[in-house]
Amino acid sequence: MNSSDPFELQKREYKKMVQQVKPKPTVIKNGIMAFLVGGTICAAGQLLMNFFKARELGTQDAGLATAAVLVFLAAFLTGLGIYDEIAKYAGAGTIVPITGFANSMVAPAMEFRSEGMVFGVGARLFTIAGPVLVFGIVTAWLAGLITLVLSL
Amino acid sequence: MLLKAFLVGGSICLIGQLLMDLTNYKVTPGHILVGFVTAGVIISALGFYQPLVDYAGAGATVPLTGFGHLLAQGAIEEARRTGILGVFKGALSAAAGGITAAVVFGYLAALVFKPKG
Repeated sequence: MNSSDPFELQKREYKKMVQQVKPKPTVIKNGIMAFLVGGTICAAGQLLMNFFKARELGTQDAGLATAAVLVFLAAFLTGLGIYDEIAKYAGAGTIVPITGFANSMVAPAMEFRSEGMVFGVGARLFTIAGPVLVFGIVTAWLAGLITLVLSL
Repeated sequence: MLLKAFLVGGSICLIGQLLMDLTNYKVTPGHILVGFVTAGVIISALGFYQPLVDYAGAGATVPLTGFGHLLAQGAIEEARRTGILGVFKGALSAAAGGITAAVVFGYLAALVFKPKG
C-alpha cells in the first residue's frame, strides 16, 4: 500500500499541514489591518461629527459636512498616490468607508486622463461609482415603493 | 462614542475583508462597494440600521452601508410624506450633498493631479 510508505505519508501529511496553515496568516493579518484602518477612518469621522455638532449643525448636516471633508481628503490623498499605498495593506479598511468610494472615482479618472476631459476623466469617474449609484438608487426606490404600498 | 465608532466601523470593514479573502468568488473592491451600499439600503429599509447609527455614530454612517441607509431613509420618508413622487425624489434628495461633494472633489482631484508611473 502507498500509505505504508513513510515518504508518501509524510508528503501527504505535509500537504495537509500546508493547506491548513498557509492561508490563515494572511487572512488574519488582512483582517486585523482592515479592522484597524477602517476603524480609524470611522473614528476620524466621529471626531469631525463632534466638531460640526459643536458648531450647532443638526445631525444630518453634520453628517454631510463630515462626508464632504472625508471625501475631499480621500480625493486629495488619492491624487498624491498616498491612498492607494495605504490600501495595499488595509484592503477593505480603505474600500468600505466613504473614502473608498471617493478613491474609486478619482483613481480611474486620473489614470484615463489621456483619453480626454469628457470620456477620460468625466466617464471614468463613474467606473465604480456608476454601478454603486445604480444599485443603491434602484434598491432605495423599491424600498420607498414598498413603504408606499404597505401604507395604502 | 469615539471608541464605539472605531469598533463598529472596524468590524464593518472586517466583514468586507473576510468577504474578499474567504469566499470562492472573485470579489473585487467594486463588488464590495456595490454590495455594501445595497446591503445598507436593505438593512435600513428593514429598520435595523438606525439603531446601529444611534449606537455607533460615524462608525455606522462612514462605511458605505451608511450611504445605503441615507438613500433608503430618504426614499421611505419622502414616500410617506408625498406619496409616489416622493418614491422618486427621496433617495437622491437625501444623498444630494454627498454625491455632489464626491463628483466635484473627485473631478478636481483627477484634473489637478497626474498619475504616478
